[in-house]
Amino acid sequence: MTISRRQFVSGVAGAGFASLAAPNLAFAQGAGPIRIGLLAAKTGPLASGGIDMELALTMFLKERDSTLAGRKVELISADTAGVPATARTKAQELVEKNNVHCIIGPLAAFEALAIADYLTEKEIPTLGVAAAEDMTQRHPSPWFARVSSTSSQCAYPLAEYSVKELKYKKIVTIGDDFAYGHEMCGGFQRVFEDNGGKIIQKIFTPLATPDYGSYVAQVKSADAIFLATAGSNGFRFLRQFIEYGLKDKMAVIGGMTALDESVLRNMGDEALGIVTTSWYSAELDNPANKIFAPAFRKQFKYDPGYYAASTYVSGEVLEAALKATKANVEDKKGLMTAIRGSTVNTVRGTIKFDEFGDAIGDVYIRKVTRSDGRLVNSVIKDYPNVSQFWTYDKAEFLKNPVYSRDFPPAKNLEP
Amino acid sequence: MKWIAAALLAVALVLLPFFAGDFYVNLASQMLIAAIFALSLNLLVGYGGMTSLGHASYLGVAAYMSALLTSRYGWGHGASAVFSILGTTAMAGFFGVIALRATGLGFLMITLALSQVLWGLAYRMSGVTNGDNGIGGLTRPMPFGISLDSAAAFYWFALIVASFSFLMMTVFAASSFGSSLKGVRDQPRRMAALGFNPWMIRWITFVYAGFWGGVSGLLYVYYNKYIHPTSLSTTSSAEALLGVIAGGSGTAAGPAVGAALVLLLKNYVSAYLDRWNMLLGAVFVFIVLVMPTGIVPGLTKLLQRRPR
Repeated sequence: MTISRRQFVSGVAGAGFASLAAPNLAFAQGAGPIRIGLLAAKTGPLASGGIDMELALTMFLKERDSTLAGRKVELISADTAGVPATARTKAQELVEKNNVHCIIGPLAAFEALAIADYLTEKEIPTLGVAAAEDMTQRHPSPWFARVSSTSSQCAYPLAEYSVKELKYKKIVTIGDDFAYGHEMCGGFQRVFEDNGGKIIQKIFTPLATPDYGSYVAQVKSADAIFLATAGSNGFRFLRQFIEYGLKDKMAVIGGMTALDESVLRNMGDEALGIVTTSWYSAELDNPANKIFAPAFRKQFKYDPGYYAASTYVSGEVLEAALKATKANVEDKKGLMTAIRGSTVNTVRGTIKFDEFGDAIGDVYIRKVTRSDGRLVNSVIKDYPNVSQFWTYDKAEFLKNPVYSRDFPPAKNLEP
Repeated sequence: MKWIAAALLAVALVLLPFFAGDFYVNLASQMLIAAIFALSLNLLVGYGGMTSLGHASYLGVAAYMSALLTSRYGWGHGASAVFSILGTTAMAGFFGVIALRATGLGFLMITLALSQVLWGLAYRMSGVTNGDNGIGGLTRPMPFGISLDSAAAFYWFALIVASFSFLMMTVFAASSFGSSLKGVRDQPRRMAALGFNPWMIRWITFVYAGFWGGVSGLLYVYYNKYIHPTSLSTTSSAEALLGVIAGGSGTAAGPAVGAALVLLLKNYVSAYLDRWNMLLGAVFVFIVLVMPTGIVPGLTKLLQRRPR
């Protein structure tokens, strides 16, 4: 039997309409599994992080046999493609079609901001990964909690460490030219200059920069260069930085995504000795991470980093909150209160939440070393219980505008 | 036959919220918005032979203007809607003067360049546009005191606007002016010799297309209640162009069908398929191979060949 072209076309069209008309299934409350929605970018420029997020969360649930606090869990994963409008449609799909009880993710600030109003309106407990400062500062939502950190939360300790331990006096910052890069550089600059250091140059490069040559050539002579980059940008910048012979002249330090484990595996000896900061390292020595990191490495052949840990920690926080509420996810307010009120021993250490929903936890200064033949971020200093306001007064802090290209103003730039 | 089918389709569209869940109604609203946008681009690409790769400019600028006027300057929705559309149309008039100095590839490159300028501004002028964080916390208008916050209410609002837009653009293309536009597309020199002014005909079409692009932008920002520079990006222009070409450029319904298809693949199929980008590519290859003129003309031809 052969299918004519015409039959094929009408068949495809028919199938399309049939799936469109599928009825919207309504679930009875109080019964059935807990439905968790994951928003992660699995296609587009942010895909590698998004895929790590999904792998780690899937692994978390598998370890617990898809059961949290005695109740079955169903994970529904949606691809935001790294586009705000798509993120919104996907959030609607999770809420309106899949009737999820809570959402984990998304990664990028602009995705999170695009759906923030919607999730608040629908009262969906959200465990976020996105680092946008104002989501837990000037525009907080009672339905949002962040298990990672704000953009600059990890940059503060590194800035202090640079002055006090590394004795740097002049630093050049280079960051991705979007809110995340601006905020991280802003926070770093504030603490570094408050401690007597000088930021002598600030460079921002487009998110998709094919060639860093022209930027590397501009870098002024300083004690160190601070990388506020995301994804693979830090790695690509560094490669050219080394080719120009600059690594022998100045030190390199980096923010929480500059030399993430997910990029580190593609690097060689040139990365040795670079100091970065993050709320996580695959090398962390705590009971939860002693199980998580080796298991992840065994299964996927590389170390978990920022992205993988973010959803794994979200899972751990959610599990603690579910235990506290006896898995009563139908009471959304109770669940959210339990999430924000929890103190959980996670793979990143013990965390709790401040009144804006941002995690207070340890931040680690890490140094790239070689261990068992692979590059790792070994922890060299632990800053305990770092809050998003660092040591500043909360009210004073919130009176300032959010960090941007122009705030805090750069007073020490060299011509 | 044709009228009965059209009437059935109309009834199905109006009654959709009664039998579909909120998610599908929202999806349908987005399709309507994408359809208006694609139809306005079709005026240029299909009837005017002017392939533009910068049409997202009109959607984005209208959306940004409305967002800024309502959220930052506290304007009412009525005034800001009128002002946004007028502003966008005026911008289209200005862009038309620049872009229409060239035709063909040159025209395409100028529209691309102009839209990139706007995209760059939206990204960099963070004092005004809030840069990469976008503008959030927006509201939907309340025409005659009716709240559009529910999925169904917004869908009907979008359906009314889309029907009116469809009518206005179809009338435009079918009018004598539309005929002269097609004449300019096919034989500009002959039209000039007959006493028409090809440049003016193209410019008027360009401005008219910009106007409807602005209308779709308003609906877009009302729907999303958020605006981000990606809506001004080349990807956004290119997706609309793909929709127009896939659906059938130069036909009344083709672009709407194409835009709906792109949206469906992007937002619906992606839930079931990780590699939906690949499927999108495969579908377009299929369309180009089997129905090079687009879905609507292709299907019409297939149906007409059916033995009776």
